[in-house]
Amino acid sequence: MSTAPTTAQGTQKLTPELKAFIAEWKEKPGNLVMILHHVQQHFGYIPREVAFEVADLIDVPLAKIYGVITFYNFFKLKKPGRNQIQVCMGTACYLKGGEDIIAELEGILGVGVNTVTPDGEFSVEAVRCLGCCGLAPVMVINGEVFGKVKTESLQGIIAKFRNA
Amino acid sequence: MSYKQYILVCGGTACDSIRGMELFNALKTAVKENGLINEVQVVRTGCLGFCEKGPIVKVLPQDTFYVEVKPEDAEEIIKEHIIKGREVSRLLYDKEQSKIHVAIEGIDFYQKQFRVVLRNCGAIDPNVIDEYIARDGYKALEKALFDMTPQDVIDEISKSGLRGRGGAGFPTGKKWSFAAAQPAGQKYMVCNADEGDPGAYMDRSTLEGDPHSVLEAMTIGGYAIGADKGFIYIRAEYPLAIKRLENALKQAREYGLLGNDILGSGFSFDIEIRLGAGAFVCGEETALLASIEGNRGMPRPRPPFPAVKGLWGRPTVINNVETLANIPVILLKGADWFNKIGTATSKGTKVFALTGKINNSGLIEVPMGTTLREIIFDIGGGIRGGKAFKAAQTGGPSGGIIPPQFLDTPIDYENLAKIGSIMGSGGLIVMDEDDCIPNIAKFYLDFTVDESCGKCAPCRIGGRKLLNYLDKICDGKGTHEDIENMREISEAMSRASLCGLGQTASNPVQSSLRYFMDEYKEHIDDKRCRAGKCKNLLRYTIDKTKCVGCTACARVCPANAIAGERKQPHAINNETCIKCGQCYEICKFHAITRE
Repeated sequence: MSTAPTTAQGTQKLTPELKAFIAEWKEKPGNLVMILHHVQQHFGYIPREVAFEVADLIDVPLAKIYGVITFYNFFKLKKPGRNQIQVCMGTACYLKGGEDIIAELEGILGVGVNTVTPDGEFSVEAVRCLGCCGLAPVMVINGEVFGKVKTESLQGIIAKFRNA
Repeated sequence: MSYKQYILVCGGTACDSIRGMELFNALKTAVKENGLINEVQVVRTGCLGFCEKGPIVKVLPQDTFYVEVKPEDAEEIIKEHIIKGREVSRLLYDKEQSKIHVAIEGIDFYQKQFRVVLRNCGAIDPNVIDEYIARDGYKALEKALFDMTPQDVIDEISKSGLRGRGGAGFPTGKKWSFAAAQPAGQKYMVCNADEGDPGAYMDRSTLEGDPHSVLEAMTIGGYAIGADKGFIYIRAEYPLAIKRLENALKQAREYGLLGNDILGSGFSFDIEIRLGAGAFVCGEETALLASIEGNRGMPRPRPPFPAVKGLWGRPTVINNVETLANIPVILLKGADWFNKIGTATSKGTKVFALTGKINNSGLIEVPMGTTLREIIFDIGGGIRGGKAFKAAQTGGPSGGIIPPQFLDTPIDYENLAKIGSIMGSGGLIVMDEDDCIPNIAKFYLDFTVDESCGKCAPCRIGGRKLLNYLDKICDGKGTHEDIENMREISEAMSRASLCGLGQTASNPVQSSLRYFMDEYKEHIDDKRCRAGKCKNLLRYTIDKTKCVGCTACARVCPANAIAGERKQPHAINNETCIKCGQCYEICKFHAITRE
């Protein structure tokens, strides 16, 4: 996912590539959502100081950017863990025990949903239908899909990513 | 160039995620190593539909259908099947363990299906425009541009009886004619690919497996209404579909099928991709437009309808992916061919994502009018684990919960509305005896409350109230007065909400109150959940005659709620029990009962 350097929060800056993308989209109507997608793709979230820069570059108030970020589930204001775990909460996964997967993960990692472990290694999110309902229950770690997940196998999967 | 044999590997998201890509590469390597590169072509196609048994491999011309194929099997398929002509029997799909060859048409999962929308899914490589063209791709566009006037196109679509597949079922021809009737000027054609229904992935599979069909249809639509610009609004959660669309757009431009002066006709049209960002309400037309405009995706009152005032105030037609995928076929085969499929009011086919407690989950396409029984038992192979069928749910959070007595109702727009559900986009979720209906209603309400944009009070407040009542009932604290209040609020929400989300959000509640009142009553009166899903209503007890005192339950209990001497019967303290069920799982002597 994100390849951004792990500098401390508060010092993130738009990269030249992101600036070029914004310049390209500056005059296109309805550019804000697309720009935020690119920013998040790079940093893994939308850092506040970067949002300031975006506001300046495309000349929209920071309040509007904040409004858009918080409206959509996809955008994050906080830096996620090095390993991002997404557990599908679509109907098929819910029926087949998606909630148990979350409960088990919370137990293993010691943090609740939408929080990052203190060491910054993992974050767990309950997400909307990922569209692989044939494989329910489904979990995604750093883009890798795990289908027909069993709670017993979670410990092993987590260990693999912890040491990677 | 033609090959003697073709190996089709499913490249849909589900198969991909269980090493489908690795399998594709392994097959390619094996073909190369065995010197067959000029005789055998390995193709990565779109979704073949049978996700349950993925990854799927199909070998042509023998039409051999292999299921659950692993990359390690590649070598054997090449050595045995391709070279020696002997099918690898252990990989064949076999229902009766007979391991004999079954052609794809012979497989029960495919027998009652009829593929119009998914005509190319699983048959072509979606990354190669020539394969789409070889199967009559872009011929409909050529026909529209050179042999038909825009009005002819609209008339043909109207005559076909095609209705919107996104949910409400509005006649597509009519929608187009409204936009076409607006004075000439900037108009837009928008494809709604913001498939947000949990448990639905029809549009994703269509875009991944046959992206050009949607591009072709949008261009035809642009010609019909007089638009020169199109947008595809697609979920950011669908990276593979986005990648294939981007590639398809590039190829179509290179071939002069998009851009200025398409095929020398003088008509110009181009398409841009815009990403959604995870907001269910953006499936609603006006909210979707607000999102493309870069704003919070909140709906606005209609009229004016988007066909009159849409994107940036200009006339805009918004069609769903599946609706669009029908268009090229209708123009090529004719409205009269299309309107013979289906029922009196609902023409054509419908794609469903069949999921839940079913044996064969996957992507299916059936003629309108097929019954739920045919879908669930013939195509879906019945309920998993031989359990009893309890309900089917269509239309996602906006739809209703359908009880067994309607299994034989032919599915079309009107019939589903009559029994309190909607067609919706095509999620079809099957529930068995282990599912608790009030709990499912709560699941859907939880979703719609979270997704409500908050603009109008009926949806914002009503949804929250409904959820509170459902929480109470599932906790065993509900009353009969709560049920009456839920009925009243549901009614108010469906009448007074601003957009489709709020108007339909109470459907799971209304339909479940109608058909599964006995379950609500049990939760309220008997404080009992027959499915064992509502944790606060569960009671675990140890049968003293069966307990041997092995202490396994006491050791696993995280709340220290189980006490007893070694080799003596144990007992559970229900005051401290947190109802996690671990003791129930671990007991080897079936001494623990849950009720």
